[in-house]
Amino acid sequence: MTAPPTPSVPSSSLPKIRRILGRAGRGINQRATFWFIYLPPVLWLSLFFVLPVLLMAAFSFRSDMRGDLFQAFTPTLDQYARVAATGSYWRLLGISALTALGIGVSAVVLAFPLAYFLALRAGHRAGFYLILLLVPFWTSYLLRIMAWKILLGTEGIINSLLLYIGLIQEPLAALLYNRTAVIVTLIYVWIPFAALPILAALQRIDPSLFEAAADLGARPFHQFTRITLPLSLPGVLAAFFMVFIPTIGEYVTPLLVGGSRGFLYGNIIQDFFTKAANWPFGSALSIIMLTATLILIAFATRLIDFKQLFE
Amino acid sequence: MNTHRRSTPLALYYFGLVTLLYLPILMLFLFSMNSSASLSFPIKELTLDWYKKLFAADEILRAARNSLSVALGSSLAATALGTMVSILMLRYKFRSQNILIALAVLPLIVPYVVLGVALLILFSVFHIDRSLWTVGIAHTIVALPYTLLIIASRLAGFDPNLEEAAMDLGADYPTTLRRVVLPLIFPAMVSAWLTAFTVSFDEFALALFLAGTQPTFPVYLFSQLRFANRLPIMIALAVLMMMGTLALVLVAERMRRVK
Repeated sequence: MTAPPTPSVPSSSLPKIRRILGRAGRGINQRATFWFIYLPPVLWLSLFFVLPVLLMAAFSFRSDMRGDLFQAFTPTLDQYARVAATGSYWRLLGISALTALGIGVSAVVLAFPLAYFLALRAGHRAGFYLILLLVPFWTSYLLRIMAWKILLGTEGIINSLLLYIGLIQEPLAALLYNRTAVIVTLIYVWIPFAALPILAALQRIDPSLFEAAADLGARPFHQFTRITLPLSLPGVLAAFFMVFIPTIGEYVTPLLVGGSRGFLYGNIIQDFFTKAANWPFGSALSIIMLTATLILIAFATRLIDFKQLFE
Repeated sequence: MNTHRRSTPLALYYFGLVTLLYLPILMLFLFSMNSSASLSFPIKELTLDWYKKLFAADEILRAARNSLSVALGSSLAATALGTMVSILMLRYKFRSQNILIALAVLPLIVPYVVLGVALLILFSVFHIDRSLWTVGIAHTIVALPYTLLIIASRLAGFDPNLEEAAMDLGADYPTTLRRVVLPLIFPAMVSAWLTAFTVSFDEFALALFLAGTQPTFPVYLFSQLRFANRLPIMIALAVLMMMGTLALVLVAERMRRVK
């Protein structure tokens, strides 16, 4: 540890001895301050973030739930062997990853024109338009998902509206409780969020580049493919990962609008900790998901410099 | 160069999509004022009855109060922790620095279901009963990355020379922190606090695992979804809360931009 900035300009009016004494006192003072602001976050994170994840990892090596939760046990790879032997878990992990991929790509594609409009076409009203876009995103998450449940249900709003205006005679049951409902709802949830990093990247593009390109005879389409798109790519990738990562672990939306046919990987984890009460197996599934997510993040941070997007 | 290229299709797309984003929410508003308890067309007549009934529904109000206390406590803690990590990150150099920063930001990446079950294991292992406290602790962890990013970006914008100047003038470091650094980053701390508050207030995925017998509002809302006839009251409350959250977010945005 080195101390925070120390005085560089000596205050010459003070006697030298007092300055040295003062500095020594200040050193002790600074060290005390350091510990005072260092210990709380370190203890808090160790206790409530690192320790639980370690305990979960330990749990995944238990053979069963028997005995006190806190007692020693012989580690076993039984749970992992069981996951490995059961194809349906891998399939669900794959389906969840594909679903998240589809949702991420769709949200980014739909959000790109929004960001483009705000950054390059909206002019001085862009700030207001951006707030307009973000209000739905700031609305309660559970409420927005509930809104879709009410929209899509058999006695829900879309069905009752279609019946009312006479377009259909029987309610359409296929709207709710399937994976499509999950996908549509989540794309809806993420669109405003996905626009943000793309907007940040587009705002960074130097406008004189467009002028230069135009002067050199580039048509608007070429300006877009040769300047706008490549330069906004970091934002596009960031937007994708910012949607993809929370979506792989999603279990609330499938619970509400997906039903058993729309379940994702997160739902089986939840099941093993609630209904099935097999924590060691659930822990193994969680560790697999956590590892997969961390690998992906490591990969993503290689691709993009997230820091520059948030300056 | 023609700076006013035609952008009508783009503007149409923008406002079209934004309208679509508002539709489901506006529908909830509409049905919170529908006299019939069933959430379907046709709308019978508009009424404020559900809002009146809401203030007589003790259970719902209790759940809302639970959420308020959890959000208040966890957001204050997350702001304090975020301020500390920001100062450690930008004003000190020490060996475990990068690990600490990584740990503080990591909750942004760890799936909530994983964090939820991990904390559930922790509390069970130490025989700690689930309560509003356990939910609040989980919320400090997930709110920390937000408070850290908001406060650190403000602190990064200030010249460390200001602190040096204060110390040249004889202030010791704690005094400098209190009299120079904290006032400078105060708007960011308010913004971080409001953000953490809304994160906690709205949080469901962790609370479902960690709430004991006292549900937070989202957990209560979820448990009541089965009872169709209570839905309009719940929606009425949700609409009120949504407006409260929205006001907070807008204030937080304002504070973040304070120069």
